[in-house]
Amino acid sequence: MLVPCLVVFALFIVWPLGKSVSLSLHGSDLFGRPDAYVGLQHYKDMLGSAEFRHILWVTFAFVLLTVIPGVLGGLVVVLLLEQHIKGIRIFRTAFALPFAFSVASASVIFATIYNPAIGLANGLLGRFGIDRIGWLTDPSWALISVAITTVWMSIGYNVLVLSAGIGAIPTEINEAATLDGAGGFRASRYITIPLLGPQLFFLIVISTIQSLQGFGQIKILTPEGGPEQSTKTLVYSIYHTAFANNASDFGAASAQAIVLLVILLACTAIQFGVLERRVHYK
Amino acid sequence: MVLIGAALLVIFPVYYVIAGSVMSPGQISSYPPDLFPHGFFTGNYKGATSSGTPIGQQYLNSVLQTSIITLSQLITSVLAAYAFVFMKMWGRTLLFGLFLATLMVPWESIVLPNYLTITSWELGGHGLTKTYAGTMIALVLPFLANAFGVFLLRQSFLQFPVELRDAATIDGAGHWRFLSRILLPLNKPALMAVGLYVFLSAWNQFFWPLLIGDSASRRTLQIGISQLNDAEAADPGLILAGVTLSILPTLAIVIFGQRFIVRGLTAGAIR
Repeated sequence: MLVPCLVVFALFIVWPLGKSVSLSLHGSDLFGRPDAYVGLQHYKDMLGSAEFRHILWVTFAFVLLTVIPGVLGGLVVVLLLEQHIKGIRIFRTAFALPFAFSVASASVIFATIYNPAIGLANGLLGRFGIDRIGWLTDPSWALISVAITTVWMSIGYNVLVLSAGIGAIPTEINEAATLDGAGGFRASRYITIPLLGPQLFFLIVISTIQSLQGFGQIKILTPEGGPEQSTKTLVYSIYHTAFANNASDFGAASAQAIVLLVILLACTAIQFGVLERRVHYK
Repeated sequence: MVLIGAALLVIFPVYYVIAGSVMSPGQISSYPPDLFPHGFFTGNYKGATSSGTPIGQQYLNSVLQTSIITLSQLITSVLAAYAFVFMKMWGRTLLFGLFLATLMVPWESIVLPNYLTITSWELGGHGLTKTYAGTMIALVLPFLANAFGVFLLRQSFLQFPVELRDAATIDGAGHWRFLSRILLPLNKPALMAVGLYVFLSAWNQFFWPLLIGDSASRRTLQIGISQLNDAEAADPGLILAGVTLSILPTLAIVIFGQRFIVRGLTAGAIR
């Protein structure tokens, strides 16, 4: 009964994992097929290149620009939801709606909104007398615009996880706080937020992992990795190195894929490491 | 107030995609921008379904691809979860740990070898991605099983009362009979949670379908709407009509299946 799963995992996860390592140690011909063994050459090239440092920097900036606003935004919404019980279900559904949007549909909608000439974003800015912004064409804006789209896609999930966390806080704690005269902001600051520690931590790790894997929104909004490569993250670079018209370098792309794997495994390890020591305040 | 503002900000793109899809080309690109449609302009839908991007065919492709993946993951997950809970075998815990470990491998770091493998296979003398059937196989093959479904169903099966299981055995029910007549009917919510979750993620896939499929008519809908976006950039209403069509199934799932989805999505958060 385990056989179907085992076959799929072996063929499409375990074996490719080994193959990725092996590809990263080989050169590749015009069609991307591996040829001569080159040892650690791809890794040396990568670590020595200014372009790769730029890619890592963009990846890191993208993580910061998505994780911090996404988690903080979710937290603010949930704390407000907690205090306005009226119509709470409508709000819950409203914040769940972005789940229905695939990365492609969300990106295409935002591409329409960001359209430099006829898009809504510049249209609204114009109404307030603000100059047009090259949302996706200005190197200093492109990554931010892609990050806004990503935050929009993730905020619903963050709200969901945090409200599940709030639901698990015993009501006596809040009652005791109210009796002691701590209401509203003080209750949030000293009781709710600390008790949401595990959920906040989980969201930070999960959002970081998802952000590191972000691809569709970058590919659709900024097809060439952005103006001046300003949105070229690690995952986009893997795709670009392997599949761009004149590159097809599966060896170098695999070396980048291994770097991505190591970074993501490190994130997971941190998650488990901290969970072991527990972020709970019980 | 802040809450209403935040909710409006989150809902706005949802509103805009639908409102924009029924605005005439003149209205949607008017300046200053107009947020409320004047009447119901159907030309965008006609345009989206008859443009150079065959989204009707792509819709069918996506339905087929998503159905195969969902059905297959349900079956493979039920079988594996059953084995992990109800069958005594050597190394069961270790094997389950290995299953979970597969969830830590990011798809992006194994996509290249998978691409090389699948495009090197043949079906009836042609490369796999050169025919319709072959493309469909290539689209679904790596996703026929996933440890997440196994994990969720195992959790659910573990809560199954031992007494009921024993009673069924005493009545002479074998593994298959117990599984199909007693266990599955009693675990419908968990099956729904897994099914809807898998459906959503399969329908929304982007990276793999982008690599697989040589011609527009063999593409999935997600790739279709992104190509619509490139090809019809001057006609935002038409693009938004295409996007609206593409989100109908998932919108229905999120609105009507919310409680099941929540269960699947938060499974990782509350351990």
